[in-house]
Amino acid sequence: MEFIVNIVSLGIPFSVALLIASLGEMFNQRAGVFNLGCEGLMAVGAFLGLLIPYLVGGGAEVPGIYNYIGIAVAMAGGALLGLLFGLVVVSFRAPQGIAGIGMQMFGVGVAGTLFRHFVGGTQSVIGIPKTPIPLLADIPILGELLFQHNPLVYVAFILVPVAWYVLFKTPWGLRVRAVGTNPRAADSIGIQVNRVRFQALMVGGAMAALAGAYLSLCQVKMFSDDIIAGRGFIAVALVYFGHWHPVKIMGGALLFTLAQSLQLAIQGLGIDFPYEFLVMLPYVLVIIVLSVSRNSQKMGPTALGKPFNREMRT
Amino acid sequence: MTKRFRTGYKIGVIILAIITAMTFGALILIAIGADVFKTYIVILTEPLKNKIGVTEVLLRLVPLSIVALGITVAYRSGIINIGAEGQMAIGILTTTALALAFPALPSYILIPAALLAGALGGAVWGFVPGFLKAKLQVSELLSTVMLNYIAAQLYTFFLRGPMLDPAEITMGSGTPQSMRLSRNLDLTRFIKGTRIHTGLFIALALALFIYILLWKTSFGYKMRAAGASARAARYGGINVPKYLIISMVISGAFAGIAGGIEIAGVHRRAIEGVTSGYGFSGIVVALFGGLHPAGIVPAAFFFGLLIYGADMTQRLVGVPANMIQVLQGIIILTIVATKMVLANPYLMQRVEEKLFSASRRGKTEEVA
Repeated sequence: MEFIVNIVSLGIPFSVALLIASLGEMFNQRAGVFNLGCEGLMAVGAFLGLLIPYLVGGGAEVPGIYNYIGIAVAMAGGALLGLLFGLVVVSFRAPQGIAGIGMQMFGVGVAGTLFRHFVGGTQSVIGIPKTPIPLLADIPILGELLFQHNPLVYVAFILVPVAWYVLFKTPWGLRVRAVGTNPRAADSIGIQVNRVRFQALMVGGAMAALAGAYLSLCQVKMFSDDIIAGRGFIAVALVYFGHWHPVKIMGGALLFTLAQSLQLAIQGLGIDFPYEFLVMLPYVLVIIVLSVSRNSQKMGPTALGKPFNREMRT
Repeated sequence: MTKRFRTGYKIGVIILAIITAMTFGALILIAIGADVFKTYIVILTEPLKNKIGVTEVLLRLVPLSIVALGITVAYRSGIINIGAEGQMAIGILTTTALALAFPALPSYILIPAALLAGALGGAVWGFVPGFLKAKLQVSELLSTVMLNYIAAQLYTFFLRGPMLDPAEITMGSGTPQSMRLSRNLDLTRFIKGTRIHTGLFIALALALFIYILLWKTSFGYKMRAAGASARAARYGGINVPKYLIISMVISGAFAGIAGGIEIAGVHRRAIEGVTSGYGFSGIVVALFGGLHPAGIVPAAFFFGLLIYGADMTQRLVGVPANMIQVLQGIIILTIVATKMVLANPYLMQRVEEKLFSASRRGKTEEVA
């Protein structure tokens, strides 16, 4: 029992970065834009999130507000990069796969370059501490599992119903789904397709950056060039796995990270098994999942990856 | 629309794109308080100032061009291979394994055999995403990235475990690397005092090979047809999935050969950091070279210059070498956007009308 509780309470915080980034990517893809640059946006978010608390406190403890200012800066930066990506793939209608790779390199490069100049070395920060929720945290087992986490963990899981509500119950969500499913029809009833896509990209970019900032401020508590370690790409894969639905995406994110914390727990037990094979487990899992759920692509937004050109007949 | 205007327009767009890319790079440089002009000058000219600099650039041309040639085959066949980094790592492992197993073979057998082993390793790593894409519609963008991470783990596993240099165990320093491979595997360094090796000629030969394969054989024609329009190719009786898989196998094999050559020519043992981003830079080189061998070789030289130059900026002007990634990223983004602008005839027409409408109105009045 103790063992299982350990695994789950470890796994939940691990899933947060994947979850937030995936939800953001879901908005991109629902609007018809495939943003493979998620990894780069997360890297920029991780750097920007850490920058403000570091500049204020230099690695020492800072008043909590600076952490949140850092997060806000990171999200603004992410939205800006979303805008840049939109310029390339929405305005110029460039192929999204290859442009996403460019975005990924650009993001990772910018984060690494700026980090070396403004921070440098392996500088850790105090970051955002765990805040148990009063009363709820004292419930045996359940309290330990669910209510003794970082504030951003709660935020991430609240974002799931919020994303669901926004996507399915608000006019904006309807517009997003319309431009991702049938942009021509959306255009004919007066929705400005490209504008909605830009908005979705900015939302997705801000969320990817938030996910990155979570990593640098709450999980790893420092920045390094490989801090994202493919999570951005896994987040993109999770959107497929989760059939573009927030709740299923959450399920996928949890499944992945439980596998990961299981791996850590096995290592902790001292079983002699090559560490590298445990580390590659999530990546293998992504490939298997994508191969098995191959019909899922048919359920996706029909205009995914297709630039919209008002002046052309399709 | 005159032909002169059309060429002028294209050149204008390309110049605009270069300025845009350099401006974005400059923004980052300004943010870190570097001297923009000086940084660009150092990157672009410093490596070319002496013999060692030039040969070091050529040294980087070798893996860059081979990887880019492989990526071109895949890209032309309709599949984007971003897994070259992993394919290269596996190629290094198989090359090393063969060289460790048969160290006594004479050079003229060991070198081709080891490079073939590298090609085979890379080909297997390329086959997987090709197969998954062709048979199970798994996006190659995701599968190749995942295979990169898996390959990286396999790589450290073998270097820390089965392939670890016995000397490292006795010395106990624990650097994950293989032992110095057989001298019979060494590619000759043909200019004294530099590291440039005969792999350069292999790279040039492979460029010629890809040109002939893609443009002078019916096999290559079918691959390009599958990439240009899968639907039309299928209608024409081409087995598109088959060519997808074959193109990924070739693409992976090239990355594997690039890895093998790096080992045989430069490092002479498998150590960490051999791939050092060549797999990703190869994508930029392939795009920058117009997905054609004749463009890729000079493009590989240019990016070899950028990569080596960026290393120098760290020392000379204090700009982190990560800057190269920023430049590569922004170059990809501008290339794909620029391509779309160039392919848009309506835009060109509009620009022409804007520019010349005044003079044309003048002409019609004269006629009247």
